[in-house]
Amino acid sequence: MIIATYVKHVPDAEARLTADAGRIELDDDAYALDGMDEYGVEAAVRLKEAGLADEVVALAIGPARSEAALRTALALGADRAVLLETDDDLDPLAQAGPLSEATLACGAELLWVGGKQADWDSAALGPAVAEALGWPLCDWTTELRLEGREVAAVHDVDDGSEAWRAPLPVVVTTQQGLNEPRYPTLPNIMKAKRKPLERQPLTVAARVVTLAAALPSRARRGVRLEGDAATVASELARRLRDEAKVL
Amino acid sequence: MILIAIDHAHGSPRRGAYELVSAARELGGEVAAVVLGGPEAAPVADALAAYVPSVVHVDDASLDHASHERRTTALASVAADLGVDVVLLGAGRSGQAVGPRLALRLGGALLEDVAAVRRDGPAVVAERLAYLSRASLTVRAEVAPVVVSVKPGAYPVAAPADAPGSVASRSVAFGAADDVARLGERRSAARGRVALEEADVVVCGGRGLGDAASFERLVVGLADELGAGVASTRAVVDAGWRPYDEQVGQTGKSVAPKLYFALGVSGAVQHLSGMNRSGTVVAVNKDGDAPIFKVADYGIVGDLHEVLPALRSALAGLD
Repeated sequence: MIIATYVKHVPDAEARLTADAGRIELDDDAYALDGMDEYGVEAAVRLKEAGLADEVVALAIGPARSEAALRTALALGADRAVLLETDDDLDPLAQAGPLSEATLACGAELLWVGGKQADWDSAALGPAVAEALGWPLCDWTTELRLEGREVAAVHDVDDGSEAWRAPLPVVVTTQQGLNEPRYPTLPNIMKAKRKPLERQPLTVAARVVTLAAALPSRARRGVRLEGDAATVASELARRLRDEAKVL
Repeated sequence: MILIAIDHAHGSPRRGAYELVSAARELGGEVAAVVLGGPEAAPVADALAAYVPSVVHVDDASLDHASHERRTTALASVAADLGVDVVLLGAGRSGQAVGPRLALRLGGALLEDVAAVRRDGPAVVAERLAYLSRASLTVRAEVAPVVVSVKPGAYPVAAPADAPGSVASRSVAFGAADDVARLGERRSAARGRVALEEADVVVCGGRGLGDAASFERLVVGLADELGAGVASTRAVVDAGWRPYDEQVGQTGKSVAPKLYFALGVSGAVQHLSGMNRSGTVVAVNKDGDAPIFKVADYGIVGDLHEVLPALRSALAGLD
């Protein structure tokens, strides 16, 4: 069985953002493999290590710099990588078609997608590519086992968790707690440089465009209350009632 | 026509349903609501009829606990039959999974997890947060129809309409692809406390509590006294003190209560992304340099074990 795993090159959580002419601008070195995608790479590699999969293919859609995220996935244990290269800022629904085609082209029957992307704050790609493929979706997955041709999983729902089962092929999105991703070792980083990485140009129409971007900051009172516990507590209670009017 | 998809539980619409009514009225135009579920959902449809002119109840008990695929098919057939140009749904976990599928099936676009949505001539434009909620983007759908998932708490709860609407029941034909996934046991996290997304006050505890017992005593104790929701940071969940469904942040829930207590919370970017829409923020932390103080209205540098018992007495003493 072949497993595909989607990876995205996203701004590091600590990266400093600037909004310039209505676009969010960042240096190339402020990007890294999305943490939510790392869970999917790790899960795919573990299934291969357990003898349940033959090959792990990392797939990315994005600009040339996305190669860095794919190389990280290769260093973590993926066998080969495919980059659908575009400089366009594509919304998840626009990506769903090309990603589904790439998934079918590599023969995968299980596709991992990060539960939520740290750039668009989007959880839409997994469901959208599942729709494009016509496969069932297990989202926010915290446990997954392969039992022959059957996937048995546990995933988060609005008010708790739920058991989920389906025969392959399926799309699975990740949730924290799924696993503890490994760190790439230096020898594996070196090895990853020699693993195959295929580039294909991508042209597809966006379904959503960004008109403007801003970095809002909500004005906060920023009041520091000082004194012993009883003093600050009664001062806080009074201000919450009389000043903020929330009690 | 605008179609709003109604989330419900225990025979009542969730608060988010009434927020979608407000969003739909602001957008303007004809509004209909769709309720999925068996006979137990009938009172939900009746309740909505006081708010919108037309309610469609897809009366099918298989939708009471259904896969995303099955729910998508039900919503898509109602949307197609009504010829809607906008579908609004809540951006909870279920809405975030169904929204993209529905938009793609209808051949349209998705505006995801939006804080505001409006018409700009024939186009639909929305405001949404991105980059771990640090940036605000204005986005426009380029194709129709437009499926919009609306952030919980982004709109106020609507008032009933002047004239009551009507309810029509119908059925939907499902396909083989709708029944591939089989759902098993659902473990509900209900603990008799207000749902986090619907709470006016949220009390959140972080690693600074020290251990699970202190969390229970200080954070849960304060929350119960205030009738508030209990939230946790990722560190607390990873340490096994509290369940995942209480987690607020990038991979947990996004909340916007009137009052948010951050107790022993350092304020990592991932956590702030789940709470920075809150009204008034109170932070208590022994580290005066913790980033949480940058987003706090009221900050107290001190020992939680001293400040919180004092705060409970002070709150109880307010007249």
